[in-house]
Amino acid sequence: MSPELDAIDRAILNRYQGGFPICERPYQVAARELGISEEELIRRLQGMLEHKQLSRFGPMYHAERLGGGLSLCAMRIPAEQFERVAEQVNAFPEVAHNYARDHAFNMWFVLATETPERIGAVLQEIKQRTGFRVYNMPKQREFFIGLKFEV
Amino acid sequence: MTEAQATTLDELDRRIILATQSGLPLVAEPYAAIAAQVESSSEEVMRRFRRMLENGIIRRIGAVPNHYTLGFRGNGMTVWDIPDDKIGHYGELIGNLDFVSHAYQRPRHQPEWNYNLFAMVHGRDRQEVEQKVEKIAQLLGEDNRGHEILYSSRILKKTGLRLVSDK
Repeated sequence: MSPELDAIDRAILNRYQGGFPICERPYQVAARELGISEEELIRRLQGMLEHKQLSRFGPMYHAERLGGGLSLCAMRIPAEQFERVAEQVNAFPEVAHNYARDHAFNMWFVLATETPERIGAVLQEIKQRTGFRVYNMPKQREFFIGLKFEV
Repeated sequence: MTEAQATTLDELDRRIILATQSGLPLVAEPYAAIAAQVESSSEEVMRRFRRMLENGIIRRIGAVPNHYTLGFRGNGMTVWDIPDDKIGHYGELIGNLDFVSHAYQRPRHQPEWNYNLFAMVHGRDRQEVEQKVEKIAQLLGEDNRGHEILYSSRILKKTGLRLVSDK
């Protein structure tokens, strides 16, 4: 169980989910705005990362704009074959995340390839290897608006 | 704007991305630390960061909170069947809700899969997620032709997304 965030941790999180400065001493600039010292800001960020209250601190890259292929894919696998198929799917290095979900569409994974054209080929390989259809559900439009996760 | 458009990155951009995709160094002069790693100057690294921020390669720089450890134990992938000609309007509306972290339009695969809008809904528990889903349903009214919540039951694989190749 991770320790509770205190008021200063929460202020850091609410203020800096974006807009972290680009300058020689960005932690100093950010810390001044929060009314704490540079060392304290770095120590608190370290703590929140260690306790996994933050999954990351730094630049969040827009994966689709880096030139690679990215897609969300789903499969419907009978329960008795689920483990075997999960193993086969996970063996593909292009499969980044894979989640089991409570639904007829029970396997959901993210495919990341070096080029957008590779997505189709990898999907075909997964289908051949597992014997099951892969439903390709690439993002067509994004409605993710800014950051607003308040703690 | 299409999502697939690639922006040209040069070798230094790639090295910077590789060096920072898991985070910014937690030292007083992080950009200088990156510069040392990619054999450049801190001025140049900062210039690249500003440029990538401007052209959208970097969405933002800062803290990425972990919903789960921060007490949001109910995280549901909600999927909705909405008339295609209204998805822009409703997508913006749903994406703006404070309990929705991502909202995307994705293709249907009829007849097995009729949903075209995905929204990640976060709540302290599943009951709270269900209350929030109810709010979305009310917002959509008659334009909601069906929806479901898919909870994850197990992580089968989780590796970092390889953003650029290291060759």
